[in-house]
Amino acid sequence: MITLKINGAQRQFDGDPDMPLLWYLRDVAGLTGSKFGCGIGQCGACTVHQDGVAIRSCVTPVRTAVGKEITTIEGLSGSGDHPLQKAWAALNVPQCGYCQVGQIMQAASLLKTKPKPTDKDIDDGMSGNICRCGTYQRIRAAIHMAAKEKA
Amino acid sequence: MNRIENSSRRSFLRQAFGAGAFVLGARILPTPAFAALETATFSPNVFVGIKSDGTVLIVAHRSEMGTSSRTMVPLILADEMEADWKRVKIEQAIGDEKYGDQNTDGSHSVRDFWSVMQECGASARQMLEQAAANQWKVPVSECKATLHQVVHTTSSKKLGFGELAAAAAKLPVPDKSKLVFKKKAEYRYIGKDIPVYDLADITHGKAVFGMDAKVDGMVYASIEHPPVFGGKVMSFDDKEALQVKGVSRTVEIPAFKPPHGFQPLGGVAVIADNTWAAFQSRKKLKITWDPGPNASYTSSEYKKQLQATARKPGTVVRNVGDVDKGFAGAAKTMEAEYYVPHLAHAPMEPMVTVADFRDGKCTLWAPTQNPQAVQDTVAAAVGIDKKNVICNVTLLGGGFGRKSKPDYCAEAAILSKQLGKPVKVVWTREDDIHFDYYHAVAALYMKAGVDQKGKPVAWLQRSVFPSIFSTFAPGVKAGSAAELGMGFTDTPYDIPNHRVENGEAVNHVRIGWLRSVANIYHAFAVCSFADELANAAGRDSKDYLLELIGPPRLVDLKAQGVDYPNMGPIEKYPVDAGRLRKVIELVAEKSGWGKRKLPKGHALGIAAHRSFLSYIATVVEVAVSPDGKISIPRVDTAVDAGMIVSPDRVRSQFEGAAVFGASLALMGEITATAGKIDQSNFNNYPVLRMSEAPLETHVYIVETDQPPAGVGEPGVPPFAPALCNAIFKATGKRIRELPIKGQKLV
Repeated sequence: MITLKINGAQRQFDGDPDMPLLWYLRDVAGLTGSKFGCGIGQCGACTVHQDGVAIRSCVTPVRTAVGKEITTIEGLSGSGDHPLQKAWAALNVPQCGYCQVGQIMQAASLLKTKPKPTDKDIDDGMSGNICRCGTYQRIRAAIHMAAKEKA
Repeated sequence: MNRIENSSRRSFLRQAFGAGAFVLGARILPTPAFAALETATFSPNVFVGIKSDGTVLIVAHRSEMGTSSRTMVPLILADEMEADWKRVKIEQAIGDEKYGDQNTDGSHSVRDFWSVMQECGASARQMLEQAAANQWKVPVSECKATLHQVVHTTSSKKLGFGELAAAAAKLPVPDKSKLVFKKKAEYRYIGKDIPVYDLADITHGKAVFGMDAKVDGMVYASIEHPPVFGGKVMSFDDKEALQVKGVSRTVEIPAFKPPHGFQPLGGVAVIADNTWAAFQSRKKLKITWDPGPNASYTSSEYKKQLQATARKPGTVVRNVGDVDKGFAGAAKTMEAEYYVPHLAHAPMEPMVTVADFRDGKCTLWAPTQNPQAVQDTVAAAVGIDKKNVICNVTLLGGGFGRKSKPDYCAEAAILSKQLGKPVKVVWTREDDIHFDYYHAVAALYMKAGVDQKGKPVAWLQRSVFPSIFSTFAPGVKAGSAAELGMGFTDTPYDIPNHRVENGEAVNHVRIGWLRSVANIYHAFAVCSFADELANAAGRDSKDYLLELIGPPRLVDLKAQGVDYPNMGPIEKYPVDAGRLRKVIELVAEKSGWGKRKLPKGHALGIAAHRSFLSYIATVVEVAVSPDGKISIPRVDTAVDAGMIVSPDRVRSQFEGAAVFGASLALMGEITATAGKIDQSNFNNYPVLRMSEAPLETHVYIVETDQPPAGVGEPGVPPFAPALCNAIFKATGKRIRELPIKGQKLV
């Protein structure tokens, strides 16, 4: 039995401690905002925060998350209007939308370390997150917009 | 009261859809969309209903995979009806032929359903106006529907849509000839940038994709498919696999009987109480395979065969004048060969479906582009009537054509029937890349004879590719008219001697349609070769292209012996050289073609292509570093897609098409060795990332009253040739094979 802290709440899990956090979140905890895209940490659809830093939950065994604060899209903002979520809506970023949760979680982590990111910072911070629909231009613009609002 | 089947409605729908497309009395209950319309007080047709509280329910019968059709098709109806969009609720349709065509591909959601939606909306509006007129005992001409209510124009009387619903429901549906449509200037939503319906759900992680579907008592399945297309399980040992915690059993899925179509590939499924356990267990299966007839397929050898075929005469599919005579009399001839490999769709959401088979019925929750094909395929797979297949359509995490092929849905149905409980089949990314319906590999041969000024007097083009239809019928070797009509037999170039040929190719993998289909390789060859000729003649690429297209005119392909299906009626959507010229001129002006000062190592390339009835011209700015690294600082695209619903969503599709096009041009390649696909995941089948993507894509939309045309796909074809034409300008290196990755540029 291990104890996990997800979005501020304690949860017990007695399954396989090697199960990736993504599948725990989706199949066990019922938090399906984080998505499965590749299973090898290549696409970023599964991005969540561990102690405030973006990680790929598809390659993070649940046992390694013990004692850490895990935040998913469901817990990103109490009111559901994080500056990034607002900017995403203002610029109509999503197309199919499947990768966008991972993109937002990655961008939220980026803005913590780079509150005023340059294009290069955004490239470096966001290039682990694939969008097959190709919304990159709007993702970039939305990150700049959210950074402005935060400042 | 069963309004959906009232006779006036039937006649209305018959007019809207054409006789035969609407099946009378076909009812499947309960379903979300129907349930909603059942509770509606007024539902004049299968697409719209009004509840007594005024909520307008509109059925989205097209799938949402990112092109916004789930929003924009209902929006046409809402606008015509004068509904307040804030009070509209969209209900996703299940698969049912009463909606007409639900296959969301071919870029036809808006163009094929604009008028149906308009007719539905106008009927509802006029019936509400009539209901108000009856209640007020005034002429209907004095009653006007305005933003969810009907107002009496000569007094201050008003009645809300909800208040009128019960009375409107008792009225006959007006004859189509009596419908009066809103004028363009009266549109409330069309032409404005209304956000997509699911936007907030998407940004908050609440949107339900196929991957998120869940049913009580559901188990999870992962399937080991035959590694070679057409292979079979000989025997398997599941002892170790069953020892994984959470795994209950294994199930063999039988191999398909050719032709393949949408049947499951066969293999061994592992059943578990979570996805991860199923994935882990599957790795421990010990399976002996019969590799089947395609184990000899190696793509590097196949490439040589296609290229050899392309160098030889093929079947003539278009002919103007006498090409051989033209070559003999030309000042100079030029030849070039092009090649585009297999490509994978790789939507972000791998294939996934939940199926629940019970009491002779199968209910599915599937991210599918084509719920009616799900019905047909599942019915055949589990031996029930398709009326007993209820396909709920979730949001799709990308589709690009892959998700109109429901092999993965049938797998879930087969397993659920066998296990007697709901099953969620989840494909890994490796499954997705290994078992796609690949975009066809193609070899192309081009030859031109030019006069003293470098203008073509004779032009020969040959295309050789395994046909999509080989997946669906035995022995198909020739390209179909549909595939050849995608950018090859329909080029609008004005050349006195012009011959188009097709060579045969035997297929060894599953071939399917991918965003813009055969246009990808055809536009690559045709638009690259045009640029090669321009450069050989020492001419400006854009000026040369305009001359090649010739004067504005309608190109009569039939007169040139072409079996040309077009993508819509040719009278309504002719091949219009003038519209292609116009987008070229527009993009040249907006991109600063010939005027813009560019840094060292940067250059512009141009390509123009008609597909899905739309006319697109793209200018790509490329930057090639001294060590040969490519970046794309800017893309300009001019679009004539006829009338459009949402300018913002049209722009977004062309921004996305630039990324999709850059991805396939720079790095897209599926290869096979001994029948097995060599790539497996994003580490070895890379797709474009943000750092590699065009930094800015500008989209210019031609304002026109031409009928609506395609938007989702036509941005893709001109991108690769425009990029390669720019690379030639920047480096002098002509790219004739894709992908560009691995080719030395400087």
